[in-house]
Amino acid sequence: MKHGKYPLIATFLVPPVLLYVVFVVSPYLQAFQISTTDWLGYSAEANPVGLANFKTLWRDEYVWNALKNNAVLLALVPVSTIVLGLFFATMLNMGGRKGRAGVAGVRGSAVYRTVYFFPQVLSVVIIALLWKEVYHPGKGLLTSAANGLGLAAPTWLGDPRTAFWCVLAVMIWSNVGFYVVLFGAAMSSVPREIYEAVLLDGASRLTTLWRVTIPLLWDTVQVAWVYLAIFALDGFILVQLMTNGGPNFSTDVIGVRMYDTAFGSETKFGYASAIGVVMFFLTLSVAVLALRIGKRDRIEYS
Amino acid sequence: MTTVDSAATSTPTAVPAAGRADRPVRREWGVVNLLSHGFLLFWGAVTVLPLLWMVISSFKSNAEILADPWGLPGALRFDNWARAWGGAHIGRYFLNSLVVVTGSVTLTMLTGATAAYVFARYEFRGRQVLYYLFVGGLMFPVFLALVPLFFVVRNAGLFNTWTGLILVYAAYSLPFTVFFLTAFFRTLPTSVAEAALVDGCGHFRLFFRVMLPMARPGMISLAIFNFLNHWNQFLLPQVLMQGDESKWVLAQGLAALSVNQGYAGDYAQLFAGLTIAVVPVLLVYVVFQRQVQSGLTAGQLK
Repeated sequence: MKHGKYPLIATFLVPPVLLYVVFVVSPYLQAFQISTTDWLGYSAEANPVGLANFKTLWRDEYVWNALKNNAVLLALVPVSTIVLGLFFATMLNMGGRKGRAGVAGVRGSAVYRTVYFFPQVLSVVIIALLWKEVYHPGKGLLTSAANGLGLAAPTWLGDPRTAFWCVLAVMIWSNVGFYVVLFGAAMSSVPREIYEAVLLDGASRLTTLWRVTIPLLWDTVQVAWVYLAIFALDGFILVQLMTNGGPNFSTDVIGVRMYDTAFGSETKFGYASAIGVVMFFLTLSVAVLALRIGKRDRIEYS
Repeated sequence: MTTVDSAATSTPTAVPAAGRADRPVRREWGVVNLLSHGFLLFWGAVTVLPLLWMVISSFKSNAEILADPWGLPGALRFDNWARAWGGAHIGRYFLNSLVVVTGSVTLTMLTGATAAYVFARYEFRGRQVLYYLFVGGLMFPVFLALVPLFFVVRNAGLFNTWTGLILVYAAYSLPFTVFFLTAFFRTLPTSVAEAALVDGCGHFRLFFRVMLPMARPGMISLAIFNFLNHWNQFLLPQVLMQGDESKWVLAQGLAALSVNQGYAGDYAQLFAGLTIAVVPVLLVYVVFQRQVQSGLTAGQLK
């Protein structure tokens, strides 16, 4: 039976491995090497400088400022998105009036689910450009709405005090729908009888959510946590297109810092790669932490 | 039975007239219920409103946009769309994206499926190492590879070419595609494959005639996932497709349009451009909703 399997293995593996090694593995490896040089540009030579880039980085207040913003995103985006996602998924799956049929979603839950998922199929570029217009102080939706209500509107993305929160709101807006569907799918795989039994016992909806749904969905919540944490460490496209880090660096994130260092007015490739290396270790540790902290026994129902 | 009924009547008006000890509690829950439904509606509105506003604004004149952001257009000005499609080359960028994404998704699925199949179904030396090499790519942020990737692509003579973009998109999609499809191929029954081999079916024929058709649901989910992912790429084309404007993909074209409208004051053109980009995607989504949702969430539930 073994006869003849090696031609297949070779033909099937060589193209993907080649593709992957050339465009993914080798750049990643080179990045670590470049991060220890003072390479400045397209033709200038690169001298090894050891860890000098990382020392500069340690004292670079712009990098720290960007990291601080990422930390705030990390603290707020996953929590808010997951809470909203769980809430909406609960409503759509079992928020309806419970007649004799047992557990059901609210009326129109299919429509809600469709609509909530909209942002997920839009490209982040479109979301960024659209919200930039929504926030526009002159012709945007928000300012004229506030004026109509007799409120003084801030300049949204133009004001260092509000810009960051405006970007954060868009991040949550663009993610919630996906997790509503994800949690909804996980909830529908929980046997109905569990909920019916719980409701018969007279548990309130909040108790049900906290004591039954979340423990049963823990694996999914954890995956969501990791994905959202990685998302919060990125945020590049939204920030670059909405504010480009401004005003006054109030919305700067580490991805934008790296991009500007490498492809902005200067081409500090060595230094930019050092920022990339830091991003890598941050992403890795956040992912590992999220998985570790969230570790619980798996619940399986057959 | 009475417990079920009282749980069912959760709106304030539906509380039975007969006095009950727990009546105030139920009434309170009715209020919460009302708020919950209100919040569902609110989130739906927040999701739809910016999109609706975008479509409506794409028909307005620039004067109308400035005068009243919430107003309706005086006439359906399709010339905005024509200006965006032709003048801002959105039509061309749209087709460019289509070409690139068609190529990249095909390449991703072909290389991903063959590699995954080998990992799932064949024993050979180095299998584990190679598999983890692919899957390990999931942990790395693209930012880290950005600088070296730029040079890899340039040295290969692929800078500013669609071929370059297609190869890079495919390479960076391999980790998830291989991870997902390997798991999927493992779930397929081995008995069919064994029977086919006993009947004298070659290894290649077995894959293309038996295994690949059996893996269709997984392939479709992943193709949709990769399609949306590639369609929405911004960072990679921005770095690898910097020069030649005529080859830009849609995301770049829209970003440029947004920058230009700031100078030219042609707001309607931007809204029309965004609408042109959004509407086909939303239509495809609404029609293939079930597949899109499962395609995007399936990978994370595994």
